[in-house]
Amino acid sequence: MMKRLCILSLLIFAAIWLGGSADASQAGLIAVSEPRVWFTVGGYQVRDDDLWVAGTAVLCCVACGVLGCFLVLRRMSLLGDAISHAILPGLALAFLVTQSRAPLPMLAGAMVVGIATAYLSAGLNRWGRVSEDSAMGVVFTSLFAIGVVMITWVARDVDLDPGCVLYGLIEFTPFDTVTIAGREIPRAFVWLAVVLAVNVGLITVFFKELKLVCFDPGLAATMGISVALVHYGLMTTVAATAVASFESVGSILVVAMLVAPGATAHLLTDRLSRMLWIAGVVAALCAIGGYALAVWINTSVAGMIATVSLGVFIAAALLSPRHGILARRARQLALALRITEEDALCVLYRWHERTTSLDRPGARPIAPEELAASIRSGWLGRVAVWRLARQGFIESREGGLVATASGLAQAAKLVRGHRLWESFLAKHLPLPADHLHAAAHRAEHFLTPTIQAGLDAELPVQTDPHGRPIPPAG
Amino acid sequence: MDDREQMLDQLIRLLTLQDANTRVVLIGTTILGVASAVIGAFAVLRKQALVGDAVAHAALPGICVAFWIVGDRNFAAFMAGALAFGLVAAWFVAVVKSATRIKEDAAIGLAIGGFFGLGIVFSRVIQNDASGNRAGLDSFIFGKAASMVADDARLIAIVAGVVLATVGLLYKEFKVLSFDRAFAESQGWPALWLDLGLMFLICVCTVVGLPAVGVVLMVSLLVIPPAAARFWTEKLGTMVVLSGVFGGLSGMVGTALSATIPAPVSGLTRGWPTGPLITLTAAGIFMISMIAAPSRGLIAGAARRAGLRRRVGRQNLLRRVYEVLEARGDLSRPWTAPDLAPFSERERKSLRDEIGRASRAGLIASTGGAYVLSARGQQAAARVVRTHRLWEIYLITHAGIAADHVDRDADEIEHVLSSEIVAELEARLAEAGRLPIGTPPSPHPSPIATTTP
Repeated sequence: MMKRLCILSLLIFAAIWLGGSADASQAGLIAVSEPRVWFTVGGYQVRDDDLWVAGTAVLCCVACGVLGCFLVLRRMSLLGDAISHAILPGLALAFLVTQSRAPLPMLAGAMVVGIATAYLSAGLNRWGRVSEDSAMGVVFTSLFAIGVVMITWVARDVDLDPGCVLYGLIEFTPFDTVTIAGREIPRAFVWLAVVLAVNVGLITVFFKELKLVCFDPGLAATMGISVALVHYGLMTTVAATAVASFESVGSILVVAMLVAPGATAHLLTDRLSRMLWIAGVVAALCAIGGYALAVWINTSVAGMIATVSLGVFIAAALLSPRHGILARRARQLALALRITEEDALCVLYRWHERTTSLDRPGARPIAPEELAASIRSGWLGRVAVWRLARQGFIESREGGLVATASGLAQAAKLVRGHRLWESFLAKHLPLPADHLHAAAHRAEHFLTPTIQAGLDAELPVQTDPHGRPIPPAG
Repeated sequence: MDDREQMLDQLIRLLTLQDANTRVVLIGTTILGVASAVIGAFAVLRKQALVGDAVAHAALPGICVAFWIVGDRNFAAFMAGALAFGLVAAWFVAVVKSATRIKEDAAIGLAIGGFFGLGIVFSRVIQNDASGNRAGLDSFIFGKAASMVADDARLIAIVAGVVLATVGLLYKEFKVLSFDRAFAESQGWPALWLDLGLMFLICVCTVVGLPAVGVVLMVSLLVIPPAAARFWTEKLGTMVVLSGVFGGLSGMVGTALSATIPAPVSGLTRGWPTGPLITLTAAGIFMISMIAAPSRGLIAGAARRAGLRRRVGRQNLLRRVYEVLEARGDLSRPWTAPDLAPFSERERKSLRDEIGRASRAGLIASTGGAYVLSARGQQAAARVVRTHRLWEIYLITHAGIAADHVDRDADEIEHVLSSEIVAELEARLAEAGRLPIGTPPSPHPSPIATTTP
């Protein structure tokens, strides 16, 4: 605990020092005297400014992205949306009070209203019994409306552009610099570096608490962790991050970045620590990719990064190996195919059983249409038959299909499971005999050898309830 | 003419609908408020309120694409583009929610950020591209009700008519869908199509309202009036009607305010923005509802809690007095506050208040420094103690709880045991042959008897 407190206080000191020095030093418009070309991509010369803007975007996106993981897990994603809308009245309020556009009061005002949004919605939800999403809708739209009215009020002698709050001016970050250790560094870059460091520090320090509160609040409470404290701490951090970010990148990018990287990472992994790493990397890639695309087609950087993040999420939702839509669809298809194949083999086995007798050892072939009628028809059935033939389980003969010896052996295992299950059901459940087949037909595909052995030991029978022989094991 | 006179004049002109321009805007916003509040009632109940926000934000890229295709500021094309992208966003939210492990809140956040970002990208490209005719796009983001013309109002009226007629015709279906989707499915109703229909109506309302109130505030018309109406009633029909009334009122009053209040600086052409004033009117109605509504409002809730607290306090006092007097063998004997053995100064004070209230209620009479229970007080105390001990006996006989553990449990529940439950308790205890006659002695050592010699 002591160690954690030490780290935390160090972090806070560092944040205050950096933030303070960033604001104390002379900010101003400085043109980079001799733009240095770092490297060339497709004919485009990447200069200092590009690196600063892209770097600022990366810092902001990663700071929001890692925090967003917890919002996604705690189902608080819309909080970022609500807070970033509610910033507007905070700015207007700060301006009304101080009559200036100094950055610190502006940030403080936005911060106060941002946190108030979180607490007001929680309060409406709790005391007014308004559902969580409606409470948020009521609070942030009302605050935004107040903000627009206040800006109209103060707009007589100041240029506070609501559009600027939405889209941000990340393209202009290199023009507003501070000098740290003899180097010109954009103010937004410094700010966001501090925000990122604080967020990462807080997450590292309180990792265990956050993890418990996200996944098992009940257990967290029994371990003496205050769920409410962690919840409100998270809200406060989100508000602070949103406020610190909006000036340079605009609130729309904050909204996107508080959700998209976390949601993407949530689709790609089941471990929280890995999720945080993935979210950070995804956020950084979105920032760089978005910046490059925006420069390429000459459009808004913040908007492009948000668009790219949505694209990355959609790609993950489709392609994620475990939780992706395509992967799930493929698993379902594979299962459907296996079941169809097994059904076809069983049909052939029963056909063989019915058409062979002692005086006529070779089975009659079954007409393909007849087989198709008793298994899943359509292309899945055709693929199943084709695959069975390729594996050598069935073969064509006299214009029809028959099971080969290996096919019959394979089918015998399935039919054995089917008939054992029927016997089991007949013994233990008061089901009429004509209700057994359907149940066993579904279960036969999932009876492993172990279960079959168990059923065998439980039921010393040679025939199923319908009087048909149960094929021997092996 | 001074400011006040001017304002009054404005108001009169407004209320008599003299000004053709204001008339159009006023009628348009009122109808818009009614329609979106009615459809919003279902959205709020189904916890889909913020899907409207995603739809509104997704309208921006739609409008840009429409501008690209048509190449001009064409209202109908804008609406079509906005509707198309709005539907895509609603569909996106639904698919992400049902087909992945991502929950609805994150899906909505993704749609808001992603689609609006796309809209900004498009609008900047358009701005770079050509004539710079982007002014029309900005008014969609922040809304500009004052520029509403008769055609716009007519469109709003048509959409509102369709929405209200659909809600009227499918009221029963939407109602069941909102409260018990599984039942709707079991009835063989096309629940999915009803879902989509409701979503479509929300989209249409949102898109039509955008030019008037803007992207961010459109959702307030969907959410705030129904949330306010919810405070007043437990019946869906009443809630929908009330929500519509609140929505219409917000639209009307908000527009009237923006037209009447003089602009912050005389000579400034741009007056008060209508959209935010509509939202703030709705927020005002919401606040009043939250505070003052009977039964669900804050005041009613506080009164209910205070009433419960008073009853609990009185019953606790009566039981304490009863236990003291029981140890002395006679309920009519006088007693003093220190007899009740308060633990602390604070408790002494609250006891004094409680005794004062009970005296005013005629349960306690004071006789020169000491108190006696009145006849009514004795009855009430006996009833309270009997309930407490019946519950204790019940816990001991039926729940197998040790005698020295039942006191605290009974303490928590005795105040909320209704007379029906007491009758039921008596029947159960009578069945077990443990029903005492009158007020039974405590089944465990009395704390009073053990602490006071």
